[in-house]
Amino acid sequence: MLTAQWLYGLAGCLVTGIGLGNALLGSSLLKRVLAINVMGAGVFMMLIAVAYRGPDLAPDPVPHALVLTGIVVAVSATALALALARRLDREQDDG
Amino acid sequence: MADTLVWLVALPLTGAVATLLLPRQANMIAIGSAVATAVTAGVLVHAVSAQGALHYAIGGWHAGLGIALRADGLSALLLLMTALVMLAATTYAGAYFSSAGQRRQLWPLWLLLWTSLNALLLAGDLFNLYVTLELLGLSAVALACLGGKTAAIRAALRYLLVGLLGSMMFLAGVSLIYAGYGTLDMAMLTAAVGPGPVAWTALALMTAGLLLKAALFPLHFWLPPAHASAPAPVSAVLSALVVKAAFYLVLRLWLEVFAAVITPAAASLLGALGAGAVLWGSWQALQAERLKLLAAYSTVAQLGYLFLFFPLLQALPPGPARDLAAGGLVILALTHGLAKAGLFLAIGVIQQRAGHDTIRELGGTAQQLPATTFAIALAGVALIGLPPSGAFLGKWQLLAGAVTTGQWLWLVITVIGSLLAAAYIFRVLGHAFGHQPYPGRPVTVAREEWPALLLAASAAVLLGLAGLPVWGLMEIRL
Amino acid sequence: MNWNTWLPVLVVASSLLPGLIIFFLREGSHRLRTVLNMAGAVLKLALVGQLIWGVFHEQVYESRWTLAPGLDLVLHADTLSVLFVALSTVLWLVTTVYAIGYLENSPHRSRFFGFFSLCVSATVGLALAGNLFTFVIFYELLTLATYPLVAHRGTPEAMRGARIYLTYTLGGGMLLLIGTVWLHVLAGPAVFVEGGTLHRLPEQYHPQLKMIFLLLIAGLGVKAALVPLHGWLPQAMVAPAPVSALLHAVAVVKAGAFGIVRVVYDVYGVNFTDQLGLLGILGVVAAVTIIYGSVRALYQDNLKKRLAWSTVSQVSYIALGTAILGPVGTVGGIVHLVHQGIMKITLFFTAGNYAETLGIHKVSEMNGVGRRMPATTLAFTVAALGMIGIPPVAGFVSKWYLGLGALEAGMAAWVMPVLLASSVLNAAYFLPILHRAWFRDPAPAWPAEHLPAARLETHAALLWPPVVTATLALAAGLLAAAPYSPLEWASLIAQREYGL
Repeated sequence: MLTAQWLYGLAGCLVTGIGLGNALLGSSLLKRVLAINVMGAGVFMMLIAVAYRGPDLAPDPVPHALVLTGIVVAVSATALALALARRLDREQDDG
Repeated sequence: MADTLVWLVALPLTGAVATLLLPRQANMIAIGSAVATAVTAGVLVHAVSAQGALHYAIGGWHAGLGIALRADGLSALLLLMTALVMLAATTYAGAYFSSAGQRRQLWPLWLLLWTSLNALLLAGDLFNLYVTLELLGLSAVALACLGGKTAAIRAALRYLLVGLLGSMMFLAGVSLIYAGYGTLDMAMLTAAVGPGPVAWTALALMTAGLLLKAALFPLHFWLPPAHASAPAPVSAVLSALVVKAAFYLVLRLWLEVFAAVITPAAASLLGALGAGAVLWGSWQALQAERLKLLAAYSTVAQLGYLFLFFPLLQALPPGPARDLAAGGLVILALTHGLAKAGLFLAIGVIQQRAGHDTIRELGGTAQQLPATTFAIALAGVALIGLPPSGAFLGKWQLLAGAVTTGQWLWLVITVIGSLLAAAYIFRVLGHAFGHQPYPGRPVTVAREEWPALLLAASAAVLLGLAGLPVWGLMEIRL
Repeated sequence: MNWNTWLPVLVVASSLLPGLIIFFLREGSHRLRTVLNMAGAVLKLALVGQLIWGVFHEQVYESRWTLAPGLDLVLHADTLSVLFVALSTVLWLVTTVYAIGYLENSPHRSRFFGFFSLCVSATVGLALAGNLFTFVIFYELLTLATYPLVAHRGTPEAMRGARIYLTYTLGGGMLLLIGTVWLHVLAGPAVFVEGGTLHRLPEQYHPQLKMIFLLLIAGLGVKAALVPLHGWLPQAMVAPAPVSALLHAVAVVKAGAFGIVRVVYDVYGVNFTDQLGLLGILGVVAAVTIIYGSVRALYQDNLKKRLAWSTVSQVSYIALGTAILGPVGTVGGIVHLVHQGIMKITLFFTAGNYAETLGIHKVSEMNGVGRRMPATTLAFTVAALGMIGIPPVAGFVSKWYLGLGALEAGMAAWVMPVLLASSVLNAAYFLPILHRAWFRDPAPAWPAEHLPAARLETHAALLWPPVVTATLALAAGLLAAAPYSPLEWASLIAQREYGL
């Protein structure tokens, strides 16, 4: 239903906003990384909402492709960020 | 001839994989890929100037569902600049990183960075752009923390988070665009996009994300630490190319896709931020104690000049005056790329010889490396915008555009910025006049000094004297 | 590509290429460096000779290279450019000889002579510039080439002087650039055409043209040391004597003055400038500079500083000549470009000789130096008399024409007092030096006798240049009516400018 699409999309915007806010204002590194992931989740929700084309048609594959790419990127980037954070932690413990 | 588009992406990618699989021949493979890619870029420029804009649909799938590569005059010029800078930096990096272990980590990432740059410059739709933007960001971060210093890792982490934030905002904008117009192909969007809340919000999101990546004031905070702590060849590539890629995207979006939506107020906002960048970046560069920090802040300032062009391009009606200004913008960007890369490579030579890059204690080292000091001087001339550099022609067009449209503020900012740039460049060069005697032997140029010298010379002299084709190529549009 | 297109480029290249090669030479390659320098200078002299002959016979020499759409780099030889090129070439030759002697055994000679040659190339390029855009490019290149020369010694004072120099000249360069860009947007490329091109623009542009003129003159005035933009000149005295000689007689200061002449005559046109009321402003600034410079010179004990302030004053005669409407005044201003160059370089050569041979830096140390160094002091005397305006030295000729021109233009009321006052002041600060040198007894010991009295009073390479230039100054005055003299050439320029 179209109302569901709008709700889903708006929820996605809301989640994106929450993620953005915490990413900018987060107090710890881990919080910021998580916030960016939440923001990503929000954007993905928006994209999935955009893909809905009504009850009769199959969903649009292009936004789905974007979501999948986005997930891959977010995971890789988060992994890199966490690895770097751990390296920094170790250096600070040693030094 | 459209095959060159694919080769430009495939060559460095193959090289990256090959260096991963064959670490012992990695140096040779890297140089080989570099030369091959540079030659291909040259071929592309020639092809574009002869045949006009080129298109290539990968796998035969056309726009809408497939990945389309396209090259017009602007992308061809930037691809050539990328190729020359990467070629020089590759040559230098082979000498800079002495340990095999470091080189094993370096080359795959290095060539991946090049692949993503080329792919970004050739991308024809927003999806592709997003993918290549991500690839670029990740490889840049990984390269920036090569060498393992704590300061570098901290700066790289901040760079990563900022970059991710920017990418997410960009993606949000892309999703809005798709929601509103049903396509992601840039050519189709240029025709379809019109003023409206969807277009404005999308433009705002995408621009904000890209400005973060392009380090425009006041979103530049991540750049100086990252570029100053990274190894010299990496800093060269980051300052000269990676931030330029983000700027290129802003240019494409504002001048093509969203051209119908841009208002004078929006363009003036970008101009005002650019002015802030010029003044703040130049002032900080003047205060910097270290050469690399000076160069990093100089990048912040120089990018500001590029953004000063936006209000002018918006105010000028389509026609010869606008084309002159656009060409000036591009030649300024090209000159900065070559000059900044040359500067960082020269700083790398000095840093390795002296063990530090503190400006105040440079005297003796500058005397022992006359060729490198000369490279810094040439790069400095190009950064200040003095003749005969290409930047002089670019700044001329900036000043002329400001006078023509009556927007005198940008003229004043440009002049002040140039004088500040002269101040911080000559502050460094002043240390080259010391009491040490001139070398008793003829002035020789060591192998690792050549890349910096050649890059700086091209920026300071070659582009200025032979820059006319830039305007010719810019006329080739999609 | 024929000879007429190549000649201007070759004139510039004849000092550019040796300069670039010299950078790479080992410090001890004394002979090779000398050969390169002298070969370049002689070659340039020969090429310039041809240029003079050709321009006199109305041949067209032009090279053109497009840098950007609508922006052409143009080298073009007309009567005015040939005058300046000839002056630069002759004086470069003489200064090179002097510099070789002066810098013997001092460090960084390859660097010095490299930038020295670049400086001359920039000056010659500026002289041959065919439009304002080209002029601006070489003007900035001149700044870049002269900075290392001012900073040459590397001492804190030298670096400070160089920093001040750079601040002033880059600032001036920016003003000049803004004016040029503005003019370009308004009226297209400002090609140098005798009589100017801007009078054809419609009336509504006049206010903008006035602003542009002020910007251009301000930018040029920094190098030409017009008050209040003259501050760098006394500070730049920290440079070695050959540099001061070159900067003050040939390159930098003359470039500014030359630029002013170009803007008034070949961009705006002298009649149009007068119409806009700008000629008067220029005249006032020139007059103030003439008086102020001379007054400051009176209070200087340091010889080079006194000469520096004298330059500030004397170069403004050129600007004054430009401000006097009419061919006679024009001749006076333009010929002073040559005369002042020859006389001032003589003075700086001799000042350098005193410093190098006897360690004399101050006027108060010059008692009786005429007996110890007669040839040098004779050269000094000739040049000083010329500065005051005493015939038959060349300076008299310029002042005569300036005065006559003022009378004809009806401006005698304020120009004559300025000329007279200036001559009196010049006498006031030069004659006492002459008196000291010839008629006072020397102190028991010279401050620092580096070269004891031998067959020649000082090193040959230091002695001949001032003697030669002093003779030239005398000849320019005595033989002013001869063909190919500076005066005759200046008259030719005025003829072509006013369309007579």
